[in-house]
Amino acid sequence: MEKTVNNKAWFLVLPVLVIVAFSAVIPLMTVVNYAFNDTFGNNQFFWAGFEWFEDTVTSSRMHDALGRQILFSGIILAIEVPLGIFIALNMPKKGFWASFCLVLMALPLLIPFNVVGTIWQIFGRVDIGLLGRTLASLGIDYNYTNDWLDAWITIVVMDVWHWTSLVALLAYAGLQSIPQAYYQAAKIDQASRWAIFRYIELPKMQGVLLIAVLLRFMDSFMIYTEPFVLTGGGPGNSTTFLSIDLVKMAVGQFDLGPAAAFSLMYFLVILLVSWVFYTVMTNMDRENMQ
Amino acid sequence: MAQITLSNLAHSYLAQPKSDADYALKAMDHVWEDGGAYALLGSSGCGKTTLLNIISGLLRPSQGRVLFGDRDVTEAPTAARNIAQVFQFPVVYDTMTVRQNLAFPLRNRGMDPGYIAGRVNHIAAMIGMEERLDRKAKGLTADAKQKISLGRGMVREDVNAILFDEPLTVIDPHMKWELRTQLKSLHREFGHTMIYVTHDQTEALTFADKVVVMYDGRVVQMGTPEELFERPAHTFVGYFIGSPGMNLLSAEVNGAQARVLGGTVDLPASYKASGKVQIGIRPEHVQLTAGDGLPVKINRVEDIGRHRLVRAETAGQSLNIVLPEGASLGPDLTHARFTPEKISVYADDWRIEGVR
Repeated sequence: MEKTVNNKAWFLVLPVLVIVAFSAVIPLMTVVNYAFNDTFGNNQFFWAGFEWFEDTVTSSRMHDALGRQILFSGIILAIEVPLGIFIALNMPKKGFWASFCLVLMALPLLIPFNVVGTIWQIFGRVDIGLLGRTLASLGIDYNYTNDWLDAWITIVVMDVWHWTSLVALLAYAGLQSIPQAYYQAAKIDQASRWAIFRYIELPKMQGVLLIAVLLRFMDSFMIYTEPFVLTGGGPGNSTTFLSIDLVKMAVGQFDLGPAAAFSLMYFLVILLVSWVFYTVMTNMDRENMQ
Repeated sequence: MAQITLSNLAHSYLAQPKSDADYALKAMDHVWEDGGAYALLGSSGCGKTTLLNIISGLLRPSQGRVLFGDRDVTEAPTAARNIAQVFQFPVVYDTMTVRQNLAFPLRNRGMDPGYIAGRVNHIAAMIGMEERLDRKAKGLTADAKQKISLGRGMVREDVNAILFDEPLTVIDPHMKWELRTQLKSLHREFGHTMIYVTHDQTEALTFADKVVVMYDGRVVQMGTPEELFERPAHTFVGYFIGSPGMNLLSAEVNGAQARVLGGTVDLPASYKASGKVQIGIRPEHVQLTAGDGLPVKINRVEDIGRHRLVRAETAGQSLNIVLPEGASLGPDLTHARFTPEKISVYADDWRIEGVR
């Protein structure tokens, strides 16, 4: 079929361009502006070049925050993904209890982030919190406000409580899409439970697990509200993740230049890691096809 | 290998079946001889797959026993029955290579690696996938995947039976012939009991020594293709086998004559029939005449190559007639005659025998 060429059709893209410009590009450009300039207010700017970027890259404060951030994302991925799969495998497949479990699993996902932080903040308090009081009465020395390990454990448990459901629900959807004939064939072939998981369920869940890991990585790498409400980044700086540090810098210290440079690099890191991750996973998929 | 006996077997998908209609499979007694090639034929939803899944142990029957030889396996799980089954849609293990797929049932049973390699090569040669043994199964086409499924079903030598659940649905027509022929030669070579479920009569009739026709949860007839064609035991068999199926005319039968709406028809023997009585005649055994027999009105003529098919009616009941090659069709042919010895008489859908 002959296709007509009409370059006026590009105008159809215009509305999207305008919307994206106002929603993303223009706000981002003001950040870029701050990142390359120094200002003392009054809308007066002095060209600073890459100075803020150099400062940020060499700052040991940033290095520490990045290290904590990577550790945190690593821990919660290592817990939430296997746990989510495990829960999905053990959820009922149909009937009343299947719906019941789905609703139950979805509940934590519906709670606003700062409410989650508040819940755990109170839950873990040694004086009035159920968890804190119980642990204290059991003779366990637990206090998330002045012990960095307790603070970390509380934050990790909170995140697992909040987000494992997401992985479980995605994995459950993947499992539900496997035709019954696969399980029947596996029975005929005398496959063990492990073999069924390894050769049928896991390959069929690959797509949804990719999404789950990506979402959980991005969200955990950007986590702010819950640890801010729970520990405020303390004790000391032990739970100061990247975004908490960023807010301290931008709002607390009003260092807009370094904060802007930091923001840009933060954004680029997340973009880069997600891209690398996605490319690796899809390449693995392509190799499978050969 | 063993003879498979179904004794007083029935199955319902409901927990508390009340009437006959609640049963997907009505009570039946049936014996599958050791080493037979059977086709299980019937329209969709007649209970074929249910029956197959009961034999392989994927489904536990509501009542009755399944025996392999003398051993009662009704309660035995699939693994203990040593059965191979191939499903309607291809089931392959995506992340494995073709070789690993074929070896999987043997590896799970802890067979010797040397033996496994030999068997896999043998089967691969049979399904024509030797060149692709080391490819991942994921990227293959549907018919290649189904060939792997077939191969996995046949890779074990010691199975009691191989069950096929409409295995060639997704395969190209020319490949169907080839695979069916291979299945047949495999059957001759190893002598496994094979049960082949299909709703395609050509497939059933070419594959099997014995065809089992099911209708509405019942086995209505078991026999050779010829028996099914010449003496259908149930009106459903008459209608389902042959293309087009048997003509059925409501009749009143008294002795050796049947009174139908358009006149009377001579029968080969004397019958005593009551209830809903019909006479059945294959389109191949009806001749158009100039005045002898029942008056017919011809609606249309279809040329299907080797012969022509006349769609007619007699006193409001449709009648199909096969016009042999070379026979002429003229305006004087206004009546139809039935070959008397080819007529079957049915009372309440079941064939009855007459007295000569």
